[in-house]
Amino acid sequence: MVCDTFSQHDSTIHRLDPRARIIVAFAFAVLLAISTSILVPSIGVAVALGAMAAARLPLAATAKRLAGVNCFLLILLVFLPLIASGPCLFRIGPVGYSREGFLQAARISLRCNAILLTFTALLSTMETSTLGHALSHLRLPQKLVHLFLFTVRYIDVLHHESARLRRAMKVRCFRPGANARTFRTIGYLAGMLLVRAHDRSMRIMDAMKCRGFRGRFHVLTHFTATQQDVVFVLASLTVILVLAWMEIR
Amino acid sequence: MHIADGYIESASVLAGGALLAAAGVAIGLRKTNYDRLPQVAVLTATFFVASLIRVPVGAASAHLLLVGLVGLILGWAAFPALFVALLLQAVFFGHGGLTTLGVNTLNMALPAVACYYLFRRAFRCNGADESRRSVFRIGFAAGLAGFALAGGMTASVLLISGNGFESFVGVMGIAHLPLLIVEALVTGSVVVFLRRVCPELLAQPGSPRIESSTTHV
Repeated sequence: MVCDTFSQHDSTIHRLDPRARIIVAFAFAVLLAISTSILVPSIGVAVALGAMAAARLPLAATAKRLAGVNCFLLILLVFLPLIASGPCLFRIGPVGYSREGFLQAARISLRCNAILLTFTALLSTMETSTLGHALSHLRLPQKLVHLFLFTVRYIDVLHHESARLRRAMKVRCFRPGANARTFRTIGYLAGMLLVRAHDRSMRIMDAMKCRGFRGRFHVLTHFTATQQDVVFVLASLTVILVLAWMEIR
Repeated sequence: MHIADGYIESASVLAGGALLAAAGVAIGLRKTNYDRLPQVAVLTATFFVASLIRVPVGAASAHLLLVGLVGLILGWAAFPALFVALLLQAVFFGHGGLTTLGVNTLNMALPAVACYYLFRRAFRCNGADESRRSVFRIGFAAGLAGFALAGGMTASVLLISGNGFESFVGVMGIAHLPLLIVEALVTGSVVVFLRRVCPELLAQPGSPRIESSTTHV
């Protein structure tokens, strides 16, 4: 499916230890999410752009991803200042464009973009199964990791199944519209997907039992931290600590 | 209906959401044995795929959420299931957020679990009244309740994080009303369909067949 847009390349970031990438990305994102100044998110965007360049993200796909969130942020930037109170930056007739509201909206936009870029550069650049294994190494409950890996495997299968059913509907001249018939048909489509998925899961369980599944996936890829990873973690921690200090000050 | 990264700046809201979601996921995992894991995973994947189906609403189109249905089918397992689905969405599509993952999981999974407790009895007890209409009504109510609760929780999280979102929340609420009806109608049809084709799917989370299967593989 579309899951692997960013992981099929090679760069310095792609070669780093996935565990280190997860920890750094998460620490950085949490710091940005709770920062209340405008300076820290601005630096965050710059750092994230650096990470994006280092990961050699495909520009078009990244832009598309950012465009999605920024549409809504644009609405926020226009309207939040109009409804907020406080001193105005400028006035258009009776409506004032509040400075406070603008800062608020700008902060949200910067934070949102910086975090999204960071996650895209550090996390979306690993394959889904790698992410699952890294989470398992980071001591997430085994069952949750199993669930994650199983789900990743079957999203693809069911996506094809869904596409097939919808093709079949199209062939029979189904044209969706906002009417009761469409809602019923789509309900049946979702129901059919569920029924087939249920049957499939029963077969999977039987097949796995036949092969001696004992409730455990053996992790074959063990990650080893190299010198590069240590440098990456230390450098990122420095950046995060400096930003945290700026935030507190 | 998920909150993106950066919208909530209150650390206590983020942390509280994460803690409650973690507790829910822990309960859900405890109630799901390894035997049932592939089933929960395949259903999680199905909900993920079904939420990509576009439904026309007037001139625009919307995505299904199916919160009520998730609850009816998975029960407490809705917590880990929705956690995984939201994590995948955030990492691989950039929809939703990762710092808000806890809050989003809670907003979707808690209504699902509520629907499970509210409506599971309706399916077991209405043996006498199996008409299509009454089954549809239960499904409709579950879809309505799930979506409304999820929306209400998302709205309250935005309000208590206090960013001056009050009027936005109002506008978004009104904009979501048509979606609420569509969600309820579609959930109703899904439930009618499942009741006819695969009734064991709906009564499952608490059914003795699954819970008592202690033969550990």
